[in-house]
Amino acid sequence: MSETQLPTGEPNITHDNRRYWQGTAEGRIDLPRCTACDLVIWYPRSICPDCQSMELEWETMSGLGTVYSYTVTRAGVGRKWREHLPLVVAYVQLDEGPIVLTNLVDIDPSIIEIGMAVTAVFHDTGHPISDEDGAPTSAILRFTSVS
Amino acid sequence: MTQRSRAFIAGAYEHPQRTIPDKTVPQIHAEVAIGALADAGLTMADVDAYYSAGDAPGFGALSMIDYLGLDVSHVDDTETGGSSYLVHVRHAAEAIAAGHIDVALITLAGNPRSGGAGPGGSARFSSAPEASFENFFGMGVIGGYAMAAHRHMHEFGTTGADLAEIKVAASTHAQHNPNAFLQDVVTVEQVLESRMISDPLHLLDACVITDGGGALVVVSEAVANDLARHTIPVLGTGEAIKGINAGRIDLTHTAAVVSGPAAFAEAGVTPADIDYASIYDSFTITVLVTLEDLGFCEKGKGGEFVRDGALQAPHGRLPFNTDGGGLCNNHPANRGGMTKVIEAVRQLRGEAHPAVQVPDCKLALAHGTGGSMATRVGSSTLILGREI
Repeated sequence: MSETQLPTGEPNITHDNRRYWQGTAEGRIDLPRCTACDLVIWYPRSICPDCQSMELEWETMSGLGTVYSYTVTRAGVGRKWREHLPLVVAYVQLDEGPIVLTNLVDIDPSIIEIGMAVTAVFHDTGHPISDEDGAPTSAILRFTSVS
Repeated sequence: MTQRSRAFIAGAYEHPQRTIPDKTVPQIHAEVAIGALADAGLTMADVDAYYSAGDAPGFGALSMIDYLGLDVSHVDDTETGGSSYLVHVRHAAEAIAAGHIDVALITLAGNPRSGGAGPGGSARFSSAPEASFENFFGMGVIGGYAMAAHRHMHEFGTTGADLAEIKVAASTHAQHNPNAFLQDVVTVEQVLESRMISDPLHLLDACVITDGGGALVVVSEAVANDLARHTIPVLGTGEAIKGINAGRIDLTHTAAVVSGPAAFAEAGVTPADIDYASIYDSFTITVLVTLEDLGFCEKGKGGEFVRDGALQAPHGRLPFNTDGGGLCNNHPANRGGMTKVIEAVRQLRGEAHPAVQVPDCKLALAHGTGGSMATRVGSSTLILGREI
């Protein structure tokens, strides 16, 4: 991978979110949509927090979004992040609506603006998503500039 | 509150130390408990309700009640981060109104400055349903508030100099507090020239990290009437939680938009009536957004509001955090709610430092902002009065 590989971690893959992690392992953003009220739900879970329906369907997002806010962090982070400073932490609004916490990578921090268009990249964590033989490794969702 | 039994803050105590390497967290809880009860003129034997939050080690209130040797019939471990202790005052007032209790003890203690562990424990946080969606991006505490500041600047044109005014006011007050962790007055320029930590927040936009603690004693009117100490009536209270709302992030509001109006309505007063305000100040942006959310100015006008020394005691439009606040004085256990209430009590008793005592202070507000403005925030507002 030529792009920046920031630290990752082992996600806590549960009944609530397994499909999401399967998606990112395969280069997709899959999120639950409520069949009762149509809300696309971030973060993935088993209940719609708007109408409390538990009838949800998984849907694949476009992977495109815009920067809602960001910060160029130069200090004040945990040990594993220190060698990766400055680090861009951001909230990105997916075109489908939800705003997700993420990093912006492979973008010169000085050109980042709120409202800027970005596209998803998936950073391999090295941790398989299940104990099954041949299970893919999970991936963390980050964003970069639209080429 | 006309028909209900009223609640009064009878005891308030802030631990005088800011670095405490030689004492345990339970020991600091004990010292502040004794301090607040002594301030009220009461003892441990009088306490029939105990309140603690995530800073209380082990099983929280269960562990602390046993450690302190309390005999209580009411317990509340409500955890909303740094605002917990204001929520506790509210819950104590409710329990007093219900006739369940007469003397509530609320304690806070911690030693992060000396390397003590943060409240809650890592296992508790890593098993949260949101953990795997928020923990892998290097967003430190300041990072979340920095994004809130950035968004506020984008939407409303707020500047770093506006935020710096808040630190300047806090430092102007802290010079009179011999216990304050930082006692030097700073200028807007010094704030803007301090090290950038997480754009746009500088080192001097952030609160201090201190060991220490504090405690409050909330009592029924019957008990208050028997005490020699000046007791402070709890006139109005509010609490509210705001989360990420399924991904509809809104970084320019906190739950103070709910807790504030609830407290004002209960007290029957408006922001214009407030003589002194303790506003939670984890970062300068926290204060700015909270002033807007509580209705001291319109949304987006916080920057304008804090200019020209508006927050500086004793004569600014809204004197705030006259102890120096979390920005300069104290942020024990990384939690600033307790000290917000304590300084409001000092002001209403006329016991703030003479240089920052608001003349004829009759009505004070204390506000807590717990959790993170960037994700899940717990807001609590208290309106406190003065009766002699």
